[in-house]
Amino acid sequence: MKRVVPSRPHWYHHLWLYSLFFFIAGYFHILFAWLGLISFLLPLVFAVGFGTKGFCNHYCDRGQFLRMFGGQLGLSRGHDMPGWMKGKPFRYAFMVFFFAMFGNIVYTTWLIAHGAGSLQEMVTVLWSIDVLWHWAYAGGTEPWVAAFAFKLYSFMLTSEIIALALMLWYRPRAWCVCCPMGTLTQLICQTKSGQESDA
Amino acid sequence: MVNKTRPKRIAVPDKFSCVACGSCADVCPRGAITVWRGSYAVVDAEKCVGCGMCSRICPADIIRMEVRA
Repeated sequence: MKRVVPSRPHWYHHLWLYSLFFFIAGYFHILFAWLGLISFLLPLVFAVGFGTKGFCNHYCDRGQFLRMFGGQLGLSRGHDMPGWMKGKPFRYAFMVFFFAMFGNIVYTTWLIAHGAGSLQEMVTVLWSIDVLWHWAYAGGTEPWVAAFAFKLYSFMLTSEIIALALMLWYRPRAWCVCCPMGTLTQLICQTKSGQESDA
Repeated sequence: MVNKTRPKRIAVPDKFSCVACGSCADVCPRGAITVWRGSYAVVDAEKCVGCGMCSRICPADIIRMEVRA
C-alpha cells in the first residue's frame, strides 16, 4: 500500500526500536524475556487507572513496529480483513484463548517452582515447533525464572509472527484488530465509561 | 479574498466496530480524530477536511467517507 507517515512526529513513534531490542536481547539472553511483562502491565495501568487506551494509541512498541514497517515503509499489501476476523465473536474467543495460554505458562512455571516439572531450554514457535535455544541461558538463576522466560519469549515470538503476517497481507496494524490486550483494555474502558459495548 | 469552501466529504467511523487502536488519529493531518475514553474513534466535523487518510489506514476498515449533508 501507499506509504503512510504520521501527521506529526512524536518521540513514541520510535518505540518500534524497543520491540526490536526485546527480540534481539532475548535471542542472546533469555532472561530479557521478562521485559515482556511490561507489555502486559502497562496497557492495564492505562485502562484501569486512566480509562484510556493510551498504550495502544501511542506507546505500544508492537503497534509502532507495525506502523513503521507496514505503513511508513509501505510493506503492507493493504487488503481488507475478512469480516469474521473483525467481529466480536472471534476477537473475544482469541482473547480467551490467548489468556488461557498465558495462564498455562504461569501454571507450568508454578509447577517447576515447586519441583513438579523440569526446565526445557527451548522456544516453542506457533504452539507446535520446538526450537532449541540453549545458548541463551547459562544458568545462575532459579529454574522457574528461566522457564518462565523461555515460555514468555515463545509466547511473544508466536504473537509477533502472527502480527507480522497480518501486517504484510492486510493493513499495517491489522494485529490490533484481534490483539487480546487491545480487546481486553477496550472492554475495561467501555465498562469504565459506562457505555453499552453492544448496541 | 480567500475562498473558504466547506469540505465536501467527512469521515464517519462506525463506533460499534471500532477497535480504538488510534491509527486514524495518528495519521489525521488536522488532528480531527480522538479516541473517546479508549472506546471508539470520534471525528470533529469542524476540523475534518475529508482527505480519507484515516479511512485508508484503519485496520478494521470501519471509517466511511460520506458526503456532508
